[in-house]
Amino acid sequence: MSRLKYGWWLPVLAVFVVFPLVEKNPTYTTIGVFALIFMGCATSWNMFSGYSGYINLGAAVFYGTGAYTMALLSNHLHVPGSGDQFWLVPVGGLVAMIVAVPFGLIALRVRRHTFVVITIAIFFVVQLSAINFSFTGGTSGLSLPLIPWLETNFNTPFYYIALGIVIFATLLSFAVRRSRFGLQLLAIRDDEDRASGLGVKVFAVKLTGFTLSAFAIGMCGALYAVFIGQIYPQFVFDPLFDISIALMAIFGGLGTLVGPLLGALVLESMQQYLTLQFSSSSLYLVIFGALFLVIVLFMPQGVVVYVRDLWTRHSLASDDDSTPMDPALSGSTSA
Amino acid sequence: MNGTAVLHSIIDGVLTGSVYALMATGLTLIFGVMNIINVAQGIFVILGAYLSYALSVHLGIDLFAGLAITIPTLFVVGIVVERAFLSRIKGPERVVMSILVTYAVALVIEGVLDMVFTANYVELHAWYVDQSVRVLGIWLPYIYLLGFALALVLLGALYVMLYRTRFGASVRASLANQTAAALVGINVRRVSTICFGLGVAVTAAGGMIYGATNAFNANSSYDLISRLLVIIVLGGMGSLGGALVAGIMMITIEDLVSVVWGSTWSNLSFFVILVIVLSLRPQGLFGQRSVRVA
Repeated sequence: MSRLKYGWWLPVLAVFVVFPLVEKNPTYTTIGVFALIFMGCATSWNMFSGYSGYINLGAAVFYGTGAYTMALLSNHLHVPGSGDQFWLVPVGGLVAMIVAVPFGLIALRVRRHTFVVITIAIFFVVQLSAINFSFTGGTSGLSLPLIPWLETNFNTPFYYIALGIVIFATLLSFAVRRSRFGLQLLAIRDDEDRASGLGVKVFAVKLTGFTLSAFAIGMCGALYAVFIGQIYPQFVFDPLFDISIALMAIFGGLGTLVGPLLGALVLESMQQYLTLQFSSSSLYLVIFGALFLVIVLFMPQGVVVYVRDLWTRHSLASDDDSTPMDPALSGSTSA
Repeated sequence: MNGTAVLHSIIDGVLTGSVYALMATGLTLIFGVMNIINVAQGIFVILGAYLSYALSVHLGIDLFAGLAITIPTLFVVGIVVERAFLSRIKGPERVVMSILVTYAVALVIEGVLDMVFTANYVELHAWYVDQSVRVLGIWLPYIYLLGFALALVLLGALYVMLYRTRFGASVRASLANQTAAALVGINVRRVSTICFGLGVAVTAAGGMIYGATNAFNANSSYDLISRLLVIIVLGGMGSLGGALVAGIMMITIEDLVSVVWGSTWSNLSFFVILVIVLSLRPQGLFGQRSVRVA
């Protein structure tokens, strides 16, 4: 059973590894890089918000912090544009974690829906600070050292680093899910007062989860900054980013391991592709919004849970030999 | 910085703040009755503004007369959205799902508005928008006073409806406790639908005033919704009086900060105040601390 359950990860991973070797068109490998960046972000976001039920709509703070850390450090340390900047990617993640601590200390004082609003508010505080402070370059943003690589191979290193971040985030999310700490997060989602009564240090657990989720998102932001070469406060601290990764995780299945990966892959690729196809971004908004309404209304638990339920029902109907689902692995089964 | 500038910013803040209070009241009413955070409130305001714009530019209908068309239109839009989408959300993650559904609705409306009206900023015009009157030694466009009066009239009407009618009693019962309200025979479903319609309908008036005092495009909805959310959280979610006080207070403080420290910091002050207040009083200024939030 367990081999059947995890065996399919390998071929999927192989497809991701081989993709840039087969597909040489930079248009499509760029879509690949963006899809991977968002897969890393959505997975990391889900590790806190999906497990604990605290929907964080300020995750762009981590992303932007990572991007600004990368830009400021590589400018001030005079890192040449030769790929040496990639060593600063984890630093971006660490600084994002440092920023997450005061953010969490304020936002996690309140419950659920108020938390959502506070994260939005803190997000705007940070975005406006990035616009108003002088060291961030204001609205004109910051440019990074130019990387003099050929266009044909430019995307490949970014692709593999992003893939590395995705694998890291997925493994971390999996480890958290299987740990005592992960169970505490789930207990908070199901009933925070009862969890607290049973001895879970709810505030400490929430703050740790919140801070931990900032790391991979910060790394993605740092990688994005190198990839784009020029960052602006309104694009790295983007309200659409906040909502997009939440949508991706929920589209795939909130609190599941595969859901955010699938959701980010499908939605981000689609967004990039549609933007290329129709230069009009407003048409894209309509399609995206309508699709999302359909998903939320007909598969409120996300695509992954929907398909799994269909599969379970199907296999239960066809034979009696089906094993009951392992509650520790079944992800979001409440409801 | 001088006395006149400060006085000006206070008057301006109170007048504009009342319009924000009106829009926020709709939002907090929806939250209180339905436990739904309507993230689309910002785009509904812009939709209202664009409707007024279309009526005044293409049909030559006066902005205030046009409200007779735009308010019922948005009421119907609200009812349709509630019936078609929000009423289908069930389960423990209802609040979160409501944010996503209303956000998706907002994206669709934003895309459509963007296609129909393009991304160019527009402004509503009428004689009372372009002409000013001298109040307490300060020149103010008439629209500020008219908008203030309109907001007061509508808030008053809302108050009378909520506190002096039978329907209002059922709304307040649903605000206090849905299960108990249903047990005494109130049709909570119907109350919810009408409240959503009402909460959205007020954005028609708010949008008209907003459009007459600011240049806007579909993108302006983000700025609006973030302010409106801050206002209702500060006032205490579900508290109608709280939305009124917080709306006027926040806009006045924002205007004052803009006079004292410059306009770049005024937006920031908005959110900083929220963070400070919530650190001291997590339930907001007038909110009641819920004993147990599931």
